[in-house]
Amino acid sequence: MIYTVSRLMGACAIAALSTAATAETLTIATVNNGDMIRMQGYTDNFTEKTGHTVEWVTLEENVLRQRVTTDISTKGGAFDIMTIGMYETPIWGANGWLVPLDGLSEEYDVGDILPAMSGGLSHDGTLYAAPFYGESSMIMYRTDLMEAAGMEMPDAPTWDFIGEAARAMTDRDNEINGICLRGKAGWGEGGAFITAMSNSFGARWFDMDWNAQFDTQPWADTLNFYVNLMNDAGPPGYATNGFNENLSLFQQGKCGMWIDATVAASFVTNPDDSTVADKVGFALAPDTGLGKRSNWLWAWALAIPAGTQKEDAAKEFIEWATSKEYIELVAENEGWANVPPGARASLYENPNYQEVPFAQKTLDSILSADPNDSTVEPSPYVGIQFAAIPEFAGIATEVSQEFSAVYAGQQTVEEALAKAQALTNDAMEAAGYR
Amino acid sequence: MATQQSRSAARLMMAPAVILLLGWMLVPLTMTLWFSFRKYLPLRGGDLGWAGFDNYTRFIGSSAFWPSVQATLVIVGGVLIITIVLGIILALLLDQPMWGQGIVRILVIAPFFVMPTVSALVWKNMFMDPVNGLFAYVWKFFGATPVEWLSQASMQSIVMIVSWQWLPFATLILLTAVQSLDSEQLEAAEMDGASFMSRFWYLILPHLARAITIVVLIQTIFLLSIFAEIFVTTGGAFGTKTLSYLIFQRVLESQNVGLGSAGGVYAIILANIVAIFLMRIVGKNLDA
Amino acid sequence: MARAVTNNRKALNTAIAWSIGLVIFFPILWTILTSFKTEAQAISNPPVFLFFDWTLENYAVVQERSNYMRFLWNSVFIAGGSTILGLIIAVPAAWSMAFVPSRRTKDILLWMLSTKMLPAVGVLYPIYLLFIKMGLLDTRLGLTIVLMLINLPIIIWMLYTYFKEIPGEILEAARMDGASLPKEIIYVLTPMAVPGIASTLLLNFILAWNEAFWTLNLTAAKAAPLTAFIASYSSPEGLFYAKLSAASTMAIAPILIMGWFSQKQLVRGLTFGAVK
Repeated sequence: MIYTVSRLMGACAIAALSTAATAETLTIATVNNGDMIRMQGYTDNFTEKTGHTVEWVTLEENVLRQRVTTDISTKGGAFDIMTIGMYETPIWGANGWLVPLDGLSEEYDVGDILPAMSGGLSHDGTLYAAPFYGESSMIMYRTDLMEAAGMEMPDAPTWDFIGEAARAMTDRDNEINGICLRGKAGWGEGGAFITAMSNSFGARWFDMDWNAQFDTQPWADTLNFYVNLMNDAGPPGYATNGFNENLSLFQQGKCGMWIDATVAASFVTNPDDSTVADKVGFALAPDTGLGKRSNWLWAWALAIPAGTQKEDAAKEFIEWATSKEYIELVAENEGWANVPPGARASLYENPNYQEVPFAQKTLDSILSADPNDSTVEPSPYVGIQFAAIPEFAGIATEVSQEFSAVYAGQQTVEEALAKAQALTNDAMEAAGYR
Repeated sequence: MATQQSRSAARLMMAPAVILLLGWMLVPLTMTLWFSFRKYLPLRGGDLGWAGFDNYTRFIGSSAFWPSVQATLVIVGGVLIITIVLGIILALLLDQPMWGQGIVRILVIAPFFVMPTVSALVWKNMFMDPVNGLFAYVWKFFGATPVEWLSQASMQSIVMIVSWQWLPFATLILLTAVQSLDSEQLEAAEMDGASFMSRFWYLILPHLARAITIVVLIQTIFLLSIFAEIFVTTGGAFGTKTLSYLIFQRVLESQNVGLGSAGGVYAIILANIVAIFLMRIVGKNLDA
Repeated sequence: MARAVTNNRKALNTAIAWSIGLVIFFPILWTILTSFKTEAQAISNPPVFLFFDWTLENYAVVQERSNYMRFLWNSVFIAGGSTILGLIIAVPAAWSMAFVPSRRTKDILLWMLSTKMLPAVGVLYPIYLLFIKMGLLDTRLGLTIVLMLINLPIIIWMLYTYFKEIPGEILEAARMDGASLPKEIIYVLTPMAVPGIASTLLLNFILAWNEAFWTLNLTAAKAAPLTAFIASYSSPEGLFYAKLSAASTMAIAPILIMGWFSQKQLVRGLTFGAVK
């Protein structure tokens, strides 16, 4: 590694300025989601405690991924902490690119992290990233519209029920759409949704020999069901709707149901942003009776790139940001509904948090998701809405683009599945799987 | 006037620029060429050895390749036609006497100052969104079903956004050319009873030929590598995947640098083909 | 203009031109207006145009979340630095091409332009690796150099066309008076080319300011300019039109204002040799 004059000068300047020799400036790359932006507001609390200062690089999700992946695979060292997800962590951990998060302090209590989360953020039993918040997906629905339609949402509905309810709730003249679902291209957007949904229809991405499975009936069933449902009861332009577009539609009262990330529950029930805050109910993501539900599992987690000079300070930050104390700090200032959810078991044992309307359903959803056994028929990969192999993001983005073209009415389900099958097998061949 | 001495002085003065650009071209180009023959997968441990022409055959053999070349050409062509036609009309209009000419000029050139990312975000969310976009309100106001711009008319939408950004540039260059028109000659033609169309065709357009050439040349260079507008609006879906977007997908989304580099080489070849065509068609106007 | 124009004709011109101008400007105007609305008003149906409760709330939120001045300063530094550096290198090169042309001058010019055709994303990894090796990652200096190289061909070409329009006899005369080459450039050529240089400077400042690929991919916290500032507002959770508008307005306002003050210069100078 070559040390440059400018780096040295920068280091000298920092050393000269800081009173304690250990005080560092951490550069942290993060995504512009609500919980992370809230965390930035509490940075001073961290600085007071440890003396370290923090420089935030806040980026939109796609830009963030592109940025941190380039940096870590070239060992660029531009960041001391990166915000990554369950997809990246095991792959990067296996490559030796992340600092193992062992030797965390006693009071941090690693054992308190939900097993589903720590499992998904580990490789070979070593934790490589600490979950800032975790999520599954579930149904959020309008209790008033459901009542008006004369129906009652079961705790664990089937897709058939969802289809019926969505069509009953739809009132296009008043801009009420029975159901809002992601259709936007991108493996982390519509790709994630349709993959999780396909699990409940008995589909899978690959068979045990890594052959693409888009030519099987369950995939055709999934896609046909989705397209028919959305055409009958979905919002206009759903082919370009992702998490954020749907959130905004739901908050404006334009969706009867929305199946998406559990973290959205706190946004749709927040009266400051949501016009329907007091009329939202929750249920588990639907199934078709085959034994798998259509919910996913995801965590936004903090990881330290190997080779950073500031490993100790970075660990201190991660311990602070993902600690029980941080959760209490947020609860104290902004109420229990706004704490980062889904990461720690103790949060769900807290009587204050149990009063939050979506707490139990969130936990149930997370607990019912198993990345190691996500499909009805056996599959060779780990992950529910993704397959944790390096090639997946690229392939799934192209596949979801083909699907989005179906949603926009530009090709048929059969055409899209045939293209998906071909391009997936082609890419897997290039990567040496087949 | 060029003496031996001034010639060598001239060479000396050109040297920094030439050397820098040569470096800026050769270093990345060599590295791209090198990578394009390697099996370079960052997520699988980096450079995994020689790949021969595998990357080249795989890149061109992908079902996305030819559509991406087509999408690139459609965007470049579409934007060029729109900006030049509207640019000429605007330039002629802005040359007319009117009240508040300076302010109108400012209004017209303003989009050029807007970052591509910002303009794509603004158009996508505040205008083309089929539910909350302004266009949707207008359509609904007239009782029509709002158009789902970015999925159903994706290509047109992107051409429109990009044209909006580049129209000021075309207008500015054409305007300077229009302003240098010989107004006496024009008046004489008008006296002789030449219609506007014939004046336009025989006097104005030939005069603008050089300016049009420049607009075509400069815009083509920028439009061939257009990226931010697609990244923000459609993410390459709905047939808007250009060649440079396809390379982006290969390099960053699929993390296959070798494959992407081969794509980069193809993109350079395409750019050069376009450049040669341009030179053939418009080059004679450019007696540099 | 020598032609006598009736007021009617002038009024018609004015009406048409103003309508078109407003249509073209409308997206910017709408963005600025939306930045003063609340999130709810930003998506209200029917849309509100002027009669809403003007608020500065969005600007406060944006300012609280990100250090705008630092992004702004980085943008100014990088765009200004790359333009000035580019001019320093380009003036001598353009001078020699314009006044000591050779058979290869046109080829060199076109070759220089062709270096701009290399798709940026294709060389991201090579450049990133180089930047790491040279310690330029996330430095203003590194970005300044890259943007200078990107725009250098355009700068040279623009200057070349301006210089070519300067009659050679004037230079001959200066030389007769015993002016040396550097003196000739500084005292004779440059003053005559000031309008051209000014519009070159402006155009390249704008191009560098708006460059969004390298500025985003080669920076982290220290050197990040306004393009990175925008990337943190592009699609957050929840309603965001008003905040996005505020951030957008903040990102484009400096360059927009600069552009407006200098538009005469741009209108006069942006010829690329298109006018004979």
